[in-house]
Amino acid sequence: MESFGFIIPQKRYPLDRTRAILRKTAWAIFTIIFVIILNFFLFRVLPGDPARAGVRDPRLKKEAIEALQIKFGLDKPVINCFETLNPIKVGSCTVNPMETQFFIYVRNLLQGELGISYHTNRPVAEILAQRLGNTILLIGAGQILSIIIGVVFGIFAAWKARTAIDYGALAVSLMAWSLPTFWLAILLLFWGSAIGLPVAGKATPGMSSMPIFAQWADIAKHMFLPTLTYTIIYMGEYTLIMRSSLMDVLSEDYILTAKAKGLNAVQILRDHALKNAMLPMVTVIAINLGFTVAGAIQIETVFSWPGLGSSVAEAVERRDFPVLQGAFLLIAVTVILANLLADLTYTYLDPRVEVE
Amino acid sequence: MTIKQFEKFLEVRGLKKYFEAGRPTLFSREKSLIHAVDGVDLNLRRSEIIALVGESGCGKSTLGLLLMGLESPTDGKVIFEDRDITHLNDDQRKDLRRKIQMVFQDPYESLNPTQTIEQILTEPLLVHHIGEHDQERSERVIKAMEDAGLKPADVYLQRYPHELSGGQRQRVVIAAALVLEPEIIIADEPVSMLDVSIRAEVINLLADLRIKREIAVIFITHDLGSVGFFADRVAVMYLGRIVEIGAMLEVLEKPQHPYTKALLSVIPAPNPRLRHERIILQGDPPNPINIPSGCRFHPRCPAAFDMCKLSDPPMMTLTKSHKAACLLISSGK
Repeated sequence: MESFGFIIPQKRYPLDRTRAILRKTAWAIFTIIFVIILNFFLFRVLPGDPARAGVRDPRLKKEAIEALQIKFGLDKPVINCFETLNPIKVGSCTVNPMETQFFIYVRNLLQGELGISYHTNRPVAEILAQRLGNTILLIGAGQILSIIIGVVFGIFAAWKARTAIDYGALAVSLMAWSLPTFWLAILLLFWGSAIGLPVAGKATPGMSSMPIFAQWADIAKHMFLPTLTYTIIYMGEYTLIMRSSLMDVLSEDYILTAKAKGLNAVQILRDHALKNAMLPMVTVIAINLGFTVAGAIQIETVFSWPGLGSSVAEAVERRDFPVLQGAFLLIAVTVILANLLADLTYTYLDPRVEVE
Repeated sequence: MTIKQFEKFLEVRGLKKYFEAGRPTLFSREKSLIHAVDGVDLNLRRSEIIALVGESGCGKSTLGLLLMGLESPTDGKVIFEDRDITHLNDDQRKDLRRKIQMVFQDPYESLNPTQTIEQILTEPLLVHHIGEHDQERSERVIKAMEDAGLKPADVYLQRYPHELSGGQRQRVVIAAALVLEPEIIIADEPVSMLDVSIRAEVINLLADLRIKREIAVIFITHDLGSVGFFADRVAVMYLGRIVEIGAMLEVLEKPQHPYTKALLSVIPAPNPRLRHERIILQGDPPNPINIPSGCRFHPRCPAAFDMCKLSDPPMMTLTKSHKAACLLISSGK
């Protein structure tokens, strides 16, 4: 019994793991570059004259239009002298690539400039930064709450599978998950206004002169209803995924083995089941986090929350292309980064994730 | 190590486990029951190897889980070292877990994929508060690994299960059982998921452990041919009950129960000249919900006669070390 002719496994870490992380990061960067390029052309092939969007007056004089186009840099060729991509071209068609809209766009982007809003004449980066902060506040709170509630409910449901607790949690989650967001938001809005909660905006006007804690309390009050809506909508999804994932894990042989080794219920759950059951949750959380920045357009609209989601909705109405372009880029980059984060968390959590 | 002598090492008396299987029809009042284990008597001696043989669904795995206390029996008794262990609470059961360990069928499923081999093997020691310090625990782990044939142990310690082959994993599973220094190992089809070339090694390993560590083994299998030669005794199970039990050679050479005869006749023989006629069982595969009347094997038995439908045969003693439950024996046919 000395030798079995085994193939002794080769050492794999940490070099391969580092390489895998580098490769995934490289792919993420490549995807972002692709999005930057696509994002530019997407808005250039859309019909309609961007310059006219800001001032919706058919009597606008030709000189005024030209002035607007120069202001927003639309007089320059898109990337070359492609007439179809640049229907209203005023200036002469230069072929100097550094003077085309595309390269100006890339250059500005590298300097952190996303252009100027057609509608408000303010820099897009400034508008988005302000809106982004509000969205992260709202959706962040909603996500954290729904993840905590969902995981706890899911664990209880799976642990007490096929009992009243399980069926109760299942019914509540399914219902919460299938509620139309806008409908729940409007319902809660009615309820909130009846009990005197603020139902619109982020803060009461004039609060800025109040002490800082009073301001925070005011924001928290305004946040309550939209956060509650968000939490209810997402809680169901997390509960259902956690429940089924944990039930799968609990039926595995290594759980039975752990029991046979003498581990008690808490030890089995803590040391064996949860880590494995969290793997599918990580994916779902990462995907949802990616869309966090996109905001919950419906919730933000119903509660007039000045977040990214409502700014996208407004920009579409106003054909404010620079704002849309900036928001799209921000959303795409967040989704890509969230996915990268999920990948990296996965390699850390699950040793089976292969380097391939 | 002096071994305290017990009158009864492991004794099973009239053990039954019925599972609820819902209602036979929508309007039935009674729920149907799956008779997974239906009155098993078994006696295991210290450092003895019993092969528990039977087809899929005959209740042999359930019997293993009952002995481990992972399922609670419907009726009957399990006595271990003169102590009734049929119904214990978690605390009482925990001490017992050290002494009775289990090896499951699928080494791909029975190891937590997120733990290293070292973590897997150290955990039982931590749970049972064995070993004063890390050094001592690590020595125990390495000893168990070497006994399980994982040499040199330090090559494997930092590996994850997915980096090992099936045979290596099953050795890890066995090492994880050994680390607690058990007195009984219940091995539920431990080789059926392994390559044929690895099977003999794992079986030899278990046979070695009996000599080295005086561990008794209940070897659950559906393949009489591969395990017969290393067991001391063979117990044949059919539909929740042991129908024949005896010393390995006696059962293999002079099988008395028609079911044992059928099982033995279909073991493939490598030499075609030695092939004999195979007994292919007729009739439906057994249904543990509706147990046939009389002898539970009669619908498929090639030798059944009228009495078999009416009378449930008791266990008949053939020799000191051989018993079978068949009416043919008592009727002298």
